[in-house]
Amino acid sequence: MKKILNTPISDEDLKDIKIGDVIYLNGHIVTCRDVAHRRLIEYGRELPVDIQGGAIFHAGPIIRKIEGEEDKFEMVSIGPTTSMRMEKFEKEFIEKTGVKIIVGKGGMGPNTEAGCRENKVIHCVFPAGCAVVAATTVEEIEDAHWKDLGMPETLWVCRVKEFGPLIVSIDSEGNNIFEQNKVLFNERKDKALEDLYTKVKFIK
Amino acid sequence: MEKREALDRLTGLVANFTGMIGKRLPDDVTAKLKALSEEETMPMAKMIYEAMAKNQEQAGELNRPSCQDTGLIQMFVRVGSKFPYIDDLNTVLKEAVFKATKEAPLRHNTVETFDEVNTGTNTGTKSPWIYWDIIPDSDKLELDVYMAGGGCSLPGQGKTLMPGEGYEGVVKFVLDIITSYGLNACPPLLVGIGIGTSIDSAAYMSKRALMRPLGSHNENSKAAGLEDELVAAIDSIGLGPQGLRGNKSVMGVHIENSARHPSVISVAVNIGCWAHRRGTIILNSDLSYEMVTHKGVEL
Repeated sequence: MKKILNTPISDEDLKDIKIGDVIYLNGHIVTCRDVAHRRLIEYGRELPVDIQGGAIFHAGPIIRKIEGEEDKFEMVSIGPTTSMRMEKFEKEFIEKTGVKIIVGKGGMGPNTEAGCRENKVIHCVFPAGCAVVAATTVEEIEDAHWKDLGMPETLWVCRVKEFGPLIVSIDSEGNNIFEQNKVLFNERKDKALEDLYTKVKFIK
Repeated sequence: MEKREALDRLTGLVANFTGMIGKRLPDDVTAKLKALSEEETMPMAKMIYEAMAKNQEQAGELNRPSCQDTGLIQMFVRVGSKFPYIDDLNTVLKEAVFKATKEAPLRHNTVETFDEVNTGTNTGTKSPWIYWDIIPDSDKLELDVYMAGGGCSLPGQGKTLMPGEGYEGVVKFVLDIITSYGLNACPPLLVGIGIGTSIDSAAYMSKRALMRPLGSHNENSKAAGLEDELVAAIDSIGLGPQGLRGNKSVMGVHIENSARHPSVISVAVNIGCWAHRRGTIILNSDLSYEMVTHKGVEL
């Protein structure tokens, strides 16, 4: 059965969710990436949308204006961007905003792990490149903030239904699936290299 | 056909071709992903492959870019010296990208360096980025169009090694990229490697390698052997789709090579993500065309 969370999210909702679990989301998620993080943390500006108990998506979508309607937009394609770019800001971002679910691509580091552990937050991966699957779960773009940042960086407030699959990569205890995998990948790489070195003696 | 009319038609064809590439993966990539999906045994990896297949299906049905990052457009042009529109081609290609940006639509991905302004058109200073080759005595145009996304461009690196480091240094350089940056570049990956004399030639060849059909091999038997060895080695790491583990890691490894100065050996790596959006089209002088990578598609 699908595990579906609804925003706003509580600590209790995330308690039994572990890395490697797959969840889906109903409610609201706001796109939020490089410059929005920088504005909040480095320039001390307040986020123009309340995401207490909410979710953010490290993503820069393709949006189309709905013809004949004022300030209404349609989600064409939306998928995650590399979360690691937000690592530098994420712990403080969590503390300042009260966000509970961060969705992106690839792993994040120790700063975010600590933020997740101390504030009971999770980071999830949406399969990257699957931008139409994601876009079709967006029922409506309800609002848009900081439009001066251009299409990819605007904060698009999306109402979603069964948004997912979301693969939990950091859980609320700070366990990190990518860090665990990295250890394994590096061991395997060293072994593969030992073998390769014997096969590339082209310079005699 | 009047010249103006012909140029408009050519612009339209290249614009449609570019837009189509963002919505439909080339035949070889589709077939490879299907094979990888079928061979996969880990449940998480299988689920991700299923999401990928569903995404491509929906992108087709809804006529939308399958990935939101439609890249900065790069092109490899091989133009016949007798192709009738050779003099106007540079302008045509730029206008085609401008047109595709509105019509497809494509995401706005051309940021002017130093001024740090997004042009909003996917055209700008040397954007699209174009490589030129002349084919003597031909009246055809062969064109590769590639959407260089941010995620798959990020792992791109090159290094000039001392010969003492040898090909051992080359393979270590490649594998270190795979387990660091490659992980986040949307595996299963296509790995393009250039090996030659200086960093610019290696970098160029590593991107050129990504234009080759999947399953093709380098003409040099030793280089071809190393392509296979690297596939086996990188697969043994088991990145799986999205770097969340799986039986395999890559769609392929392509090596392009050139002769080198005795004192140096340069290596560069360019990565293609699973949504490897590149297409090849051959246009004749009457602007009839042959679709090389996307059979049966009408523009």
